[in-house]
Amino acid sequence: MTLHPSPSPSPSRSTGTGTGRARSAWDIAAAVPDPELPVVTIGDLGILRDVTENDTGCVHVQITPTYSGCPAVETIRADLVEQLTCAGFRRVDVEQVLWPAWTTDWITEQGRSRLEAHGIAPPAPVRAAAGASGGPVDVEIAVRCPRCGSPDTHEANRFGSTACKALRVCRSCREPFDHVKPI
Amino acid sequence: MTADFLLGLADDALVTAQRLGWWVSRAPELEEDVALANIGLDQLGQARGLYAVVTDLEGLGRTEDDLAYLRDAPDFRNVLLVERPQTDFAVCVVRMLLLAAWQSEVYAVLAAREGPARGVAAKAVKEVAYHLDHAAQWVLRLGDGTELSHERTQAALDAEWPYLPELLEPAPAAPVDPASLRDAVLGRVRPVLHEATLVVPELPADPPTGGRAGRHTEHLAALLAEMQQVARAHPGATW
Repeated sequence: MTLHPSPSPSPSRSTGTGTGRARSAWDIAAAVPDPELPVVTIGDLGILRDVTENDTGCVHVQITPTYSGCPAVETIRADLVEQLTCAGFRRVDVEQVLWPAWTTDWITEQGRSRLEAHGIAPPAPVRAAAGASGGPVDVEIAVRCPRCGSPDTHEANRFGSTACKALRVCRSCREPFDHVKPI
Repeated sequence: MTADFLLGLADDALVTAQRLGWWVSRAPELEEDVALANIGLDQLGQARGLYAVVTDLEGLGRTEDDLAYLRDAPDFRNVLLVERPQTDFAVCVVRMLLLAAWQSEVYAVLAAREGPARGVAAKAVKEVAYHLDHAAQWVLRLGDGTELSHERTQAALDAEWPYLPELLEPAPAAPVDPASLRDAVLGRVRPVLHEATLVVPELPADPPTGGRAGRHTEHLAALLAEMQQVARAHPGATW
């Protein structure tokens, strides 16, 4: 089976009107850790879509949820407001955008390495065919154990400790580990 | 019409989330507790997204919470399939198969074109693919399993199947006419049932219906009473 990289657009980075400040607003926002996967930031995950600052020092942040019911969204919103307010921005407005839909293909290389370094297997690229058609979910892709590197692992539960993860077990080292499901 | 149609989809999802929540601590194994809770969470998230779209379209100043907590049963537009109790695991997975097959098709259409629900649908279609696959795996395992599991799954299918036609009732003015999804939905469901060695019942000539018009079974009011009691007892409370 051939894997196709997703053609979806990557999160954009507008610098808005106040170029210098907005850049740092992006950096501050991007550094907010994910509440459920604190080893990665919302920048790493591609959840942060856009940060703009207007002339009066107000910051507009766009985030996109990983899953429709992801309970972390409210915490992320609160963390963004807190971090940016502490950094001196006068007003922070966080908007949730749904389109285009988040995909695990937006997780950055840094995010993938950080996940793996902390024992969470990163997702394989989403198959182009599985996109909008909602076709059958492919379960045949081997997932490498993030602890010992063995590809001989099996899925113990497709629905793991959070909506975005499945639980797998390594047949070689016998360790269970989380796997971020491609979506 | 668009708002009414999306309200129906949202109510299907909310009621399903509530029914799935019942399974937490009662599923056949711990992993399944987690799986059903996750699927319920997806459905809840989809319902919330759709309620937000509906309140925008209505422009009546109602909120997501008004729709979820302050409507009575006759104001709900969910299909009868999702509201009846499901305390048998075979019923749970058979129903999930039917609902997910329908949701996959309807969300795929909504996600493929411009419209107010496109963003919600584009997320939902990816999530529902996992629900459909999960349900199909269980139906295969139970249907083509032991004599007992086969019998119970067949009984579940016989009980749930008559409620499928309501999902596919024609509504030509809706953003997606459910009747146009009939072949696609059956095309997703039938092969799984056949492989699971189950006998696919005939679709009834006069199937139970009425949910989309607010005519519900007695079970919905009981479900809502439980789901809404805190919000109604403490109006406006937050925590």
